[in-house]
Amino acid sequence: MSTISLKVNGRLHTLELDPATPLLFVLADDLELRGPKFGCGMALCGACTVILRGQVVRSCVMPVSAVGPDEVTTLEGLGTPEKPHPIQQCFIDEGAAQCGFCLSGVILTAKAVLDAKPTASDEEMRESLGGVLCRCFTHLRMLRAIRKYKEEFAGKRKA
Amino acid sequence: MSTSRREFLKNAGALIVSFSAASLADSLTFAQGPFDTHPSHIDPTKLDSWIAVDADGAVTAYTGKCDFGQGMFTSQTQLVAEELCVRIDRVKLIQCDTSVTPDQGTTSGSQSTPTNFNSGNLGQAAATAREALISMAAKHLGEAPDQLTVADGVITGKAGRHVTYGELIGDKRFDIPLSTTVKRRQPVQWTVLGKPVPSLDRVALMTGRFEFVHNVRVPGMLYGRVMRPPDVGSTVAGVDEASVRQISGLVKVVVRNNFVGVIAEKQWQAVQAARRLKVNWSPGQGLPAQKTFYDSMRKLPSRDALMVDSKDVERQFSAARTVVRATYSYPFQTHGSVGTSCAVADVKADHATVWSATQSVYPTRSIVAKLLNLPLDNVRVVYVRGSACYGLNGADAVSFDAALLSHAVGKPVRVQLSREDEMAWDNFGAACVVDQRAAIDHNGAIVAWEFENWIASRGGRPGYDHPGNVITGLLAGYEPEQVKPRAPAEPTEELRNRSNAAPSYVAGCIGGKCSGAGTIRSERVLSHTVPSPFFTGPLRSPERIQNTFAHECFMDELSARATADPVAFRLQHLSEKRIIDVLKSAAEAAIWEKRPSPRINIARTGTVSGRGIACVAYEGNNGYAALVAEVTVDLISGRVQPTRFIVALDCGPVSNPDGVRNQTEGGILQGMSRALVEEVTWDDKRVTSTDWETYESPYLGIEIPKIDVVLMNPTGVPAIGAGETAITLVPAAIGNAIFDATGIRLREVPFTADRVKAAHLAMTGSA
Repeated sequence: MSTISLKVNGRLHTLELDPATPLLFVLADDLELRGPKFGCGMALCGACTVILRGQVVRSCVMPVSAVGPDEVTTLEGLGTPEKPHPIQQCFIDEGAAQCGFCLSGVILTAKAVLDAKPTASDEEMRESLGGVLCRCFTHLRMLRAIRKYKEEFAGKRKA
Repeated sequence: MSTSRREFLKNAGALIVSFSAASLADSLTFAQGPFDTHPSHIDPTKLDSWIAVDADGAVTAYTGKCDFGQGMFTSQTQLVAEELCVRIDRVKLIQCDTSVTPDQGTTSGSQSTPTNFNSGNLGQAAATAREALISMAAKHLGEAPDQLTVADGVITGKAGRHVTYGELIGDKRFDIPLSTTVKRRQPVQWTVLGKPVPSLDRVALMTGRFEFVHNVRVPGMLYGRVMRPPDVGSTVAGVDEASVRQISGLVKVVVRNNFVGVIAEKQWQAVQAARRLKVNWSPGQGLPAQKTFYDSMRKLPSRDALMVDSKDVERQFSAARTVVRATYSYPFQTHGSVGTSCAVADVKADHATVWSATQSVYPTRSIVAKLLNLPLDNVRVVYVRGSACYGLNGADAVSFDAALLSHAVGKPVRVQLSREDEMAWDNFGAACVVDQRAAIDHNGAIVAWEFENWIASRGGRPGYDHPGNVITGLLAGYEPEQVKPRAPAEPTEELRNRSNAAPSYVAGCIGGKCSGAGTIRSERVLSHTVPSPFFTGPLRSPERIQNTFAHECFMDELSARATADPVAFRLQHLSEKRIIDVLKSAAEAAIWEKRPSPRINIARTGTVSGRGIACVAYEGNNGYAALVAEVTVDLISGRVQPTRFIVALDCGPVSNPDGVRNQTEGGILQGMSRALVEEVTWDDKRVTSTDWETYESPYLGIEIPKIDVVLMNPTGVPAIGAGETAITLVPAAIGNAIFDATGIRLREVPFTADRVKAAHLAMTGSA
């Protein structure tokens, strides 16, 4: 057990934890966040995705001790139901979900890529989404929502 | 929901138990869909079991059909709002909770819309409530019911005097049965149904606030993990509890027959304990070789069903100018939910609550009661959405896991499966092999069709009595239901084509009554269910996708033999108007070029393109669709890339066009995945496709084909299924498009690049 400080979605938490605990379990169990989810535990599906230092991270394989002082952003850290982040609003507008279990991977990956490169090509988008799985196969609507975000918002607004 | 309502229902339950079992059984038959249900304390013939209106006029509705992501929450909320003439935000829908919702069996089989949107159940209840309120208002206002108008839960008389639902009934019981003569609002009157209402869960989902079963947290909750056997058939010879004693936070190691689990204070501790616990497993039973599996199925003792037999097929085959035969194979496929299955159980000395993503809350209640030896009434199962299941994924098994572990410690326990356990011990979609035989006349027309299939089966839905139909029950000491060998009985009742074993082109005549969708009167359809080495269970379009793949590819082969256009050739053998209409509509929307397949002058290398079509009367009469697939095939790599799908879908009057489109687009792409890459694999001991590297599923980064959905939306007919119709056609439509592009006929799913490449080499090598 160690004392771990963890900054998540703008709040600092101090926790007594086994430092080897995967970040996902800390977010989902200790902080009771609902965005990141366990899908495979092998970084093969993206359901546990969070953003750390501007990059997407698979929280199921990252020990909490490796996070450091930087802030972790989960899906609920982007926006609220009352004021969703523009990319969340694009997904809402396009109805881009069925069960919605995979959305952390889909939305956060697209956001991270477009924040870093607002002009990312379709090819680059596809490459970055190459590790994100949606088994309802809502691919069409998700890609439409991402394109809409890219065209209307990416680059025009600091995250 | 208020506590008083719950208490009221519990009290009402006590009254209903005193009814005679016979009358209750009759009433259930009347009120329910085609699924097996058991009497519950909530009487589905009573309005109060479905609808409650509070003093503010807010409506609470209770349904036994739940939302997995297919949109039933939104569409059922629309239904209640429509029939009760209230705004959609005035309706709160409670789904699938054995303490308060009626027993509607299992949410599956494209039956939720037919069950709740037609003459019975939820829609009937909401309409009954509206009529009852109008009748109360007529008395209250002293005017005739037909002089009153209803809007937004306010009933207004001619003179402008009005009264609200809340004032009329607020918090009181209706105390009336569902009306069998109630007038339903028709599609032309609809203001809420039939509209593309955005799914009600959207905002919560996109902002990470939606509560999945994975997010259920109960005070004092512990974390469990289960250990599945290493090999199929392994049993526990011993468990070394000392091997995990040093793990901090470990609460208990649980062993019951061959069921082994660990419980810890934190999830990470439970994961580590599950990894480190030394279990001495016996060697497994050994598995049949995958390479020869389809052939081996034919040799097994089988449970046979003769769907239709005109008794003249042999005569037709002997007399025919040409007889065509072909064999098609379809592999085991897994549900592969993106999240592994999860449940939370809180088992106390004399009662239990289970939060579960099961499709079957009442059957799950029965199984949990059986496993824990508790009275049925002392078990409550509450549905909470999981990662979408597409059928019987691990949701039932993990609910039993959680119940067994919680029972062992008397505290709430959450269990989530590992990816490997989810995929190795799933109730797979069944492997199936099909022999097709057709007699052709001198014009190329089909005069006789014979179908025979062998389909693998083990276990399945646990239902109310069979815990052993899924892995947890088996490990805990219950056997799966056996495939009892049985010779086929002569068909006597009207053809019910629920598994689509009969092709759409046969007349389906039994005792002079012809219920098929086609014209071929010399027909024989025989199905053999054989024992499977793996658990099997319903996976989106169960058996229907396997059989339809074989029918629609074979039809394409016959069409090619007749040098006929595949659409025209199909139309020549169809009689049912609704399948004819979707076929014509899909061809029209695709701007279908009338010509035979394959196309002429196919290049022998490089990339070629083609189109294919398939159509189905899903389950005979529960959905009609035709699908055109356009593909390119890289002849060097063998890679198949669908570029466009065009589907025409008839599901009766559409409740929510946005929802149906979403389901149809997803179904087509899921079908594409199943057609091109998905296949369970195994070695001589165990399943080897246990993650997303060993079981392929196209990621979000793929090239996505364009999809056009044409909704037929007929009125004056009942609402029928929509979620499984389009997916049923995808393997056949893609297979036919590959044939059109290349001249290669692939008869085994999936159409992997290696298989396409090998087939192309074989063809060009021998040409």
